[in-house]
Amino acid sequence: MGTTELAHLSDHLFSLAIATYSIAMVCFCAEYAFGRQGRVAATSGVPRAAETPAAAKVLVGAVGVVAPPPATAADVAPTDAGRHDARRAVAGRAGRAGIGVAVFGVLLHAASIAIRGAAVDRVPWGNMYEFSSVAGLVAVLAFLTVLIRQPRLRYLGVFVLLPVIVLMFLAGTVLYAAASPLVPALHSYWLAIHVSSAAVGTGIFMVSSVATLLYLVRMRYEHVVVAGNEPRSVASMGARLPGSDALDRMAYRTVAFGFPVYTFGIICGAIWAEAAWGKYWSWDPKETWALITWVVYAAYLHARATAGWKGSAASVINLIGFTTLVFNFFVVNIVVAGLHSYAGLN
Amino acid sequence: MTTVRQEPAGRMGGPEDARPAAQLSTQPAPQGPRPDRRRRVVTPLIRTWRQLTSMRTALVLLFLLALAAVPGSLLPQRSLNETKVLTYLAAHRTLGPILDRLSLFDVFASPWFAAIYLLLFISLVGCLVPRIRLHGKALRGQPPAAPRHFDRLPESALLDVDTGPPTAAAAAARVLRAKRWRVVTRDEGSGTTTVCAEKGYLRETGNLVFHIALTGLLVAVAVGQLWGYQGSVVVEEGSGFCDTVQQFDSFHPGRLVGSRSLAPFCVTLNKFTATYEPDGTARQFRGAISYSRGLSDQEQTDVLEVNHPLRIEGARLYLLGHGFSPVFTVRDPSGQVFGNISAPFLPQDGAFTSEGALKLPDAKPQQLALDGFFVPTAALNADGLLTSASPKPLNPEVGIVVYRGNLGLDTGRPQSVYAIDRGQLQNGALKQAGTADLRPGQTYRLADGTAITFDGYKQWANLQVSRDPAQQYVLLAAVLIVVGLLLSLRVRRRRLWVRITPPVLHDDGGRTVMAVGGLARTDAGVFTAEFEALTDRLRASVVGAAAARPVDNADELVRQLGED
Repeated sequence: MGTTELAHLSDHLFSLAIATYSIAMVCFCAEYAFGRQGRVAATSGVPRAAETPAAAKVLVGAVGVVAPPPATAADVAPTDAGRHDARRAVAGRAGRAGIGVAVFGVLLHAASIAIRGAAVDRVPWGNMYEFSSVAGLVAVLAFLTVLIRQPRLRYLGVFVLLPVIVLMFLAGTVLYAAASPLVPALHSYWLAIHVSSAAVGTGIFMVSSVATLLYLVRMRYEHVVVAGNEPRSVASMGARLPGSDALDRMAYRTVAFGFPVYTFGIICGAIWAEAAWGKYWSWDPKETWALITWVVYAAYLHARATAGWKGSAASVINLIGFTTLVFNFFVVNIVVAGLHSYAGLN
Repeated sequence: MTTVRQEPAGRMGGPEDARPAAQLSTQPAPQGPRPDRRRRVVTPLIRTWRQLTSMRTALVLLFLLALAAVPGSLLPQRSLNETKVLTYLAAHRTLGPILDRLSLFDVFASPWFAAIYLLLFISLVGCLVPRIRLHGKALRGQPPAAPRHFDRLPESALLDVDTGPPTAAAAAARVLRAKRWRVVTRDEGSGTTTVCAEKGYLRETGNLVFHIALTGLLVAVAVGQLWGYQGSVVVEEGSGFCDTVQQFDSFHPGRLVGSRSLAPFCVTLNKFTATYEPDGTARQFRGAISYSRGLSDQEQTDVLEVNHPLRIEGARLYLLGHGFSPVFTVRDPSGQVFGNISAPFLPQDGAFTSEGALKLPDAKPQQLALDGFFVPTAALNADGLLTSASPKPLNPEVGIVVYRGNLGLDTGRPQSVYAIDRGQLQNGALKQAGTADLRPGQTYRLADGTAITFDGYKQWANLQVSRDPAQQYVLLAAVLIVVGLLLSLRVRRRRLWVRITPPVLHDDGGRTVMAVGGLARTDAGVFTAEFEALTDRLRASVVGAAAARPVDNADELVRQLGED
């Protein structure tokens, strides 16, 4: 197969991966909507206590003791027990199918990236399109890895896949760059190390920010319920989410993993810059924003260690960190000129 | 056990350090000194110091640092591109000078940026020193004494023991030591022995290494800034330069660089080669050079490439840019011939349409200058102007304007080597004598007998010499930062106690009983597995086949504390 055919094959696989992720998202969405997690959590804290101690604890502490949340008629009516079970079974099947489909999507996605690499005869992360693709893959993989330890978070896949699909859609349309070789400055093995660690860091931080957003929603829900009110609009979404401490833990653990990777990426960038640009650090806009992101995530780790900043304050810092990351990727790459002008867009 | 109070409140730790020893301790936090007495001792100065070294201040400073860096990335910076700053100043006549006065075009060298990071590092050191002392004490100290009731710990188990307490305790200590736990055996009286063990000191060690390395990084960067230098020079094929201040086109020394700090070497550019992909994008730039260290050294050769600088005498030589120099032979009206003279022209676009000037101050009877364009592949643009279609020299051509008169080189005003002095044109000292488009070999003759032949082109390379005497220490600090981070985020601190009670003290069938209790600051799930494995080993070491009997599950409250 020639280079052009390989490049086309990679593009097709990329589109297929997006489609597959979309199907997986629908599956997770079904589980989220009909799943027992949400249903049971919304009605009573007691039955879940035995199954999931972490979530139950929150319910006991935050909900069960203070004020039983207002339950909808359909959930409590005893005659609905049969329908309830059937729905639960559907939800479980949907969730399991979602995992299967998502794993298939990962295979397609990874194949797309690998074939792109073969088509251009270099590591396949040399421009914004390729970088987005890799970061998206890392995000899905990071989420699947989290599931190995915490399988009951499965239905959160809908919230992870949504931004991944958006990112990949942008990559395939706005950011798309045809398969082509790289400028001499990028001919270095540091491209493989520096950019991949940046992509891995980005993907992991993305999962963390999703967990943080969900945490904030869930916190809102718990507050409303504790106050004895009926959760509305955004807060009502929290009924189907896992306990806030589980989400907070997920957000923290992903950052704790991603932060050293990102740090390593910055340092590799500095080593590379020393060889390519004559100076290990030149306050190039991209470098500056990478440092800003690093400093904000460092602040997040510190904030989480400080009593007064724990919880919501820390999670806001997490979101600021991700915002700077997104800004660095889109605005600095596309709008601000600098030494890192490898977006592949013209 | 009661040192909790003296520990600074989890200042630099991962989140788990938020409740420092309090969490590992199962006893209620002891009371500190009475507040009124302390208040009298704390002078405003100490209070300010406390505030500066508090976590809240550190967080605020971190945010300020991030915020302060933003304008440095959005506004043009002198350190990156002086021309862009000038363009910006010209375009913003009111705002520009105000921003300039606020150092917003030199953000990273500005006093306020320095103030933020210096405060941050003072705050860091202020917190680091007591923590190093405490950790040193912890490293020399012993694991804390056992709590009275293990069943209140997140992990606990009861084992039957065949032997007496001393033998069992020794066996337990052996098992734990083999697993690299720090162990101390204590006699609690009445024949009861406890083995107290702790592990995961590397967490705090990593935390401290990270922060010390961060401080070291700042120092190394500063040393590099003060004693380092950068100089760049445009060198045509066949020419060279020596690493001296006078020979650089631009030179940026650190404040403490003397002329002797420059590395003694000389370089000649023998040949520059650029190769291109079929679509015109560059594939490779190579500069073949020969160089010698000092005066007496043998000449050596090397090839500079974009990612491969030459490391020589503690300095680095980079190939950072390239371009074309048109070569001319000029005969002036007096019959004097200037053969094979050239001047570097600066590329203006990706296809290397280049602009420059060749000055002949020695031409007679009047000085001469050629000013204009060089294109490697000639084409005409929509306006009918000479432009380049490719960076490859497929069809080189020059479009020149010939000037005659006084170039103004002796006025004392510095002028660019890439252009003639427009002031001399305006005051009439320099006059246009003719224009021509020439291909290689073509000659343009003026009425006064001047003959200008375009011989062809040479290539030039922009070489940069950099020296940073501290950069290997920067790298070392960076490596330690990553190592410290990994340790402080991955290692878990955990404690384990084994209490062996002789039969007399309980009514459990007249056997010796071994109670095991464990506590981890983080990640209860992983610790549970570790605890079970350890319990199995302990059992194997002290009993035959008796099975462990799990105690009641830990109290919910303790479990909550032990988990994160």
